[in-house]
Amino acid sequence: MSARAATKVAAYQASNVLRSRWLLAYVGFFAVVTDALLRFDGDATRALLSLVNVVLFVVPLVALVFGTTYLYDAREFTEVLLAQPVGRPPLFAGLLLGLAVPLASGFAAGVALPFALHGMGDRASAATLATLVACGVALTLVFVSLAFLVATRSNDKVRGLGAAVGLWLAFGLLYDGAVLLAVALFSDYPVERPLLGAMLANPIDLARVLLLLRFDVAALLGYTGAVFARFFGGTGGAIVAAAALLGWIVVPVALGLRAFRRKDF
Amino acid sequence: MLEIHDLTKRFGANAVLRGVNLTIAAGRVLALVGPNGAGKTTLIKSVVGLARPDGGEIRLGGIPVVGDAYRAGIGYMSQIARFPENLTAAELLAMLVDLRGAAASDLDEELVERFALAPHLRKPLRALSGGTRQKVNAVLAFLFRPDLLILDEPTAGLDPVSSAILKDKVLAARGAGRAVLLTSHVMAEIEEMADDVALLVEGRVSFAGPVDTLLRSTGQPRLERAVAKLLIERVDDVQEAA
Repeated sequence: MSARAATKVAAYQASNVLRSRWLLAYVGFFAVVTDALLRFDGDATRALLSLVNVVLFVVPLVALVFGTTYLYDAREFTEVLLAQPVGRPPLFAGLLLGLAVPLASGFAAGVALPFALHGMGDRASAATLATLVACGVALTLVFVSLAFLVATRSNDKVRGLGAAVGLWLAFGLLYDGAVLLAVALFSDYPVERPLLGAMLANPIDLARVLLLLRFDVAALLGYTGAVFARFFGGTGGAIVAAAALLGWIVVPVALGLRAFRRKDF
Repeated sequence: MLEIHDLTKRFGANAVLRGVNLTIAAGRVLALVGPNGAGKTTLIKSVVGLARPDGGEIRLGGIPVVGDAYRAGIGYMSQIARFPENLTAAELLAMLVDLRGAAASDLDEELVERFALAPHLRKPLRALSGGTRQKVNAVLAFLFRPDLLILDEPTAGLDPVSSAILKDKVLAARGAGRAVLLTSHVMAEIEEMADDVALLVEGRVSFAGPVDTLLRSTGQPRLERAVAKLLIERVDDVQEAA
C-alpha cells in the first residue's frame, strides 16, 4: 500500500518536473557541452576526460540547488498531501524520487545522446561513458538526498539554500584543499591509506577517483595513483567504493526521513 | 464527531496550545475565532496530522486518531493554495483520487460545475489566478465526501459570488450531517454559517458554545461586537493572571 502511494506521488511529481524549463535547460546544457567537446576534441576518450570535470562540478551543484528549491516550493502542496490518508515515509520517498529520477535521467540523456549521434569510438570509451553516467546518476541521488535533508530540517528558504551551497563548496572545493594541505604537511609519512579513507568520505572525490582510474592518467598521480589503482581496480575496492557511494545516499535519506516524520508543518 | 481533549503543543519555549478541549458534533458548523497567534492554525494542523501534538487526545467518530487512515474521513482546505505548477488542475484532482484509491462514482464534483472550473482544468496550475487556485483547493476539500471538513480561511481570496457558492456548499454539508470546523476573520461570514463558536485565547478555549448563547451572554446584537467584548475581557483576565 505504502509503496503504491510512493510510486504514485513520484509519478505525478516527476511529470511535473519533466515539464519544467529548468530541467530542459539542464538537459540542453549537458547535450551542448558534450557535443562541443566531441567536436573540438575529435576523440571520445579526450571528450570524456574533459567531461569528467564538468560533471563533478555541475551535477552536485544543480542537485543541491534544484533539490532545496523544489522542496521549499512544494511546501504547501506537501501539506495537501500530508492531509491525505497516506503515511509520511511514502510521501517523502515519492517527493524525493519525483525529483531525483527526472534529474538523473535528464543528465544521462544529455550526456549520452551526443555520443550516440557522433558514434562511440572503441569499447573502452563506451565503458568509460557508462561509468561517467553511473557516477553522475549516483551523485545526483547523493546530493538530492542531502538537499532534502537540509530543506526538511530548516524552514527558512534562504538559510536552507545557503546551507546547500555551503555543502557544495565544502565537498567540491574546501575538502580537497584540506586534504592537499594535510598531504603536504605529512609528506614525510606514508599517507596513501589515510588518503584512501579521505576519498571515500567525500562522494565527489570518490566519483573523481573512480572516473580517473578509467583513463590512463592514474600514473600522473604517482605512487598514490598506483595505490588507488590497485585498491579500486580490485573487486574488494570496487565493492568498498560502491558501498561508500550507496552510504552517501542511504544516510542522508534516512536522516531526512527521520526529520520529515517528526516535522511540524 | 470530533473530540479534542487537553491538547498541548509547544514550539521551543513557546507553548502554543495549553490544554485545548473542544467538541464538534455531526451536522454542526463550528467557527474557531481568536486573535492572531492564538493557536488556531496549530490546532487545525494537529487535527489534520500536519503538526505533532505533545499531549492530549483527538478522537474522530469516537476513535482516537493514530496512524494515517483516519484522514480518509477529513477534507482539508488550507489557507494558501499552491500546487505543482506544471501539472494541470485535472491532473492534480486525478493524483489525489489515485492516491486515495477513490471510485469516480463516489466523488463530489459539484463545486467544479458551480465554480465553472471546467475551462481551467486543462491549464497548468501556474497559469491560474490565486482565486481560481483557491477554488480548486475548495474542490479538493469536498471531493471525497468527508465526514469532517476543516476549512482554514476558506473564503479568503474568493470573489463574492464564489464565496457565496462555497458558503452554500458548507451549509449543504452540514445539512447532510457532516461536521465542519472553520476559521475566518470575517464575523459576518461566521454568523451566516456557524452554529457554534469557539474562542481561542493564548492556547486555551475560553468560550465554546452556540452563537446565540454568546450573543445573549454578552448582550450584543452582532457577533463581531460579542467576540470583541469577550476577547477584551479574556485577554485582560489572562494578563491579570500573569
